[in-house]
Amino acid sequence: MRDDLIRRTLLLVPQLLIVTFITFLFINLAPGDILAKYRFDPRISQESIKKLEQKYHFDKPAIVQYGYWLIRLCHFDLGYSFSREADVTTVISERIGNTLLMSSFAILFTWLIALPLGIFAAVKQYSWGDRILSLISYFGMSLPGFFLALLLMFFIYSFSNIPFLGAIPIGGMVSPNHDQLSLIGKICDYALHLILPVLVLTATALAGLQRITRGNMLEELRKQYIVTARAKGLPENQVIYKHALKNAINPLITLFGFSLSELLSGAALLEIIINWPGLGSLMLEAVRSQDTFLVMGIMLMGGIMLIIGNLIADLLLVIVDPRVRS
Amino acid sequence: MMLFETRLLKKLKKHPLAIIGIVILCFFYLIMIFAEFIAPYDFDNGKRDYSYAPPTKIHFFHENKFTFPPVIYPYSYTFNQYAERIYLEDISKPYKLSIFTKGDRVKLFGIIPINRHLFGVKGNPDNCRLYLLGSDAVGRDLFSRIVYGSRVSLTIGFLGVAITFLLGFLVGGISGYYGGKIDSVLMRFAECFMLVPSFFLLLALRSAFPPKLSSIQVYFLIIIILSFIEWAGFARIIRGMSLTITKQDFVKAAKSIGASDLRIIILHILPQTLSYAIVAATLSIPHYILGESALSLIGLGIQEPQASWGNLLSVAMNVSDIQYHPWILIPGIFIFLTVMAFNFLGDALRDAADPNK
Repeated sequence: MRDDLIRRTLLLVPQLLIVTFITFLFINLAPGDILAKYRFDPRISQESIKKLEQKYHFDKPAIVQYGYWLIRLCHFDLGYSFSREADVTTVISERIGNTLLMSSFAILFTWLIALPLGIFAAVKQYSWGDRILSLISYFGMSLPGFFLALLLMFFIYSFSNIPFLGAIPIGGMVSPNHDQLSLIGKICDYALHLILPVLVLTATALAGLQRITRGNMLEELRKQYIVTARAKGLPENQVIYKHALKNAINPLITLFGFSLSELLSGAALLEIIINWPGLGSLMLEAVRSQDTFLVMGIMLMGGIMLIIGNLIADLLLVIVDPRVRS
Repeated sequence: MMLFETRLLKKLKKHPLAIIGIVILCFFYLIMIFAEFIAPYDFDNGKRDYSYAPPTKIHFFHENKFTFPPVIYPYSYTFNQYAERIYLEDISKPYKLSIFTKGDRVKLFGIIPINRHLFGVKGNPDNCRLYLLGSDAVGRDLFSRIVYGSRVSLTIGFLGVAITFLLGFLVGGISGYYGGKIDSVLMRFAECFMLVPSFFLLLALRSAFPPKLSSIQVYFLIIIILSFIEWAGFARIIRGMSLTITKQDFVKAAKSIGASDLRIIILHILPQTLSYAIVAATLSIPHYILGESALSLIGLGIQEPQASWGNLLSVAMNVSDIQYHPWILIPGIFIFLTVMAFNFLGDALRDAADPNK
């Protein structure tokens, strides 16, 4: 089992490199060059531009440049970000934590809320509660995250005179006076800023997960072993939580890996809308300034995050489902 | 096929939500087709005097007397202490609304010149405009811009799906039919596109082209980029289906009478996947609508003065603007309704196409 996981994960590496290669080719198709900014800057001499050109081999064809990029990658060097004037690794490591912070809270809340709601809807199928939940999730699945974010921003802004709502910030990750706050104050500051993005990400992911949990639960509850369990007089609680739920949850874990791509995409757009200093907003900056190495670096990190997410899902499945272990 | 269609219709009738979806879509597409006629103003016809004018109130009572057709009053404005414009209605000068009014000269479908619009203010006075859903920063009618914007948002899905399907059918069909090495190479390649979060890929691919392109160029660019991202998932599923279909006897029969591989794939295998493909198409159209909206929202999509629902919403990224002019959020409602309608329809089609139900 362990070897299988390792083999599968390693197989993803060449695929990830193909994506970066395609990205690289595309960016190199683009007119203009990254050094343009430097060429027009009178403070920078022609020699230093030559040096940069030589160091990053901008004078060579794209495919050779990509080769050099790969060689540097082996030394964990993602190149230099010309727009931010720092190493790409430094720039990304400053930002990636913020994206993970937002996304992990969103995942946590989505699962904490969607699972119980899904179970409830399945157990009480066709009850009023189930119908209302179905209706809400139908709407929720179609509500674009960016629109929900804008609606919430409007809502919070127009009711800012209400004590609690007014305290919720609608942009950025920290308050301007963040540095002067005590440790607890800092944590509270982060928490307040997290409310809006986590709410949006959770709300958009919730509906789908709730529907799928409900569907899986219903399917399990129809199976014969459940009938047996009930027939032998097992309490309903045990039937549902000990037998049905355990089986219904397995496909959801596999799904977690797939849904991660959507979550990170949604998070990226949201970051841009609410000025969250994460990878998504960094990507937009990089794209706008045609910062090749930064774009490549973020693509690579996005891919790695997905691979790790899938790996976690696989490991969780091993823990939850004894059938996979053999 | 005929049988399938009648069964489909029968099953669709059982889904009230699907009916709602169809009604919404028919309504929106009708508006889209006759955009120039239905919009009271041309998409770029603005009057700066009416910057961010709130939605016009339509009055059936003028000086306590019932009037038909209803009237609207021209706006005049003063400034509040934050230098924000406050619009007031000047109730002494009523203007009658009418249908088939003479107004802006536009070209229906881009070819037939017309100057009549479905409705408007009688005489099309310049100092009294009908802003059904308010106006934007330069005093253009938001309703007209939404109507014109539907041309982008409602067509992008169909064109995108067409390209995605072409690629998906081709790669998926070949992959499933030949199997073996060809299959694994093609599928490993397709999986590459699913390996990075799609929004990152979208931005990266967009970065290959200059940020300021003309709207028509951006329109086709977005379609191509989105299809490029979406085709892989579709190809994988078609491949799975064609893998099982290939093993069936009629394929062997076709082979034995000497039909070419391409003929078998196109004429015998792919039609079998069609009912699934229709469902997938309906459910994936929202991805294109949302993709375009997202790109236009952050300024990398359709450019001013052309309108799309995404770029109309981009002004709403400024929070204080939403607070003073909440109607600029309305294009988002149109995106939401369209996505919802396609989801309703897709869901019902999926149920209908499922032979187990």
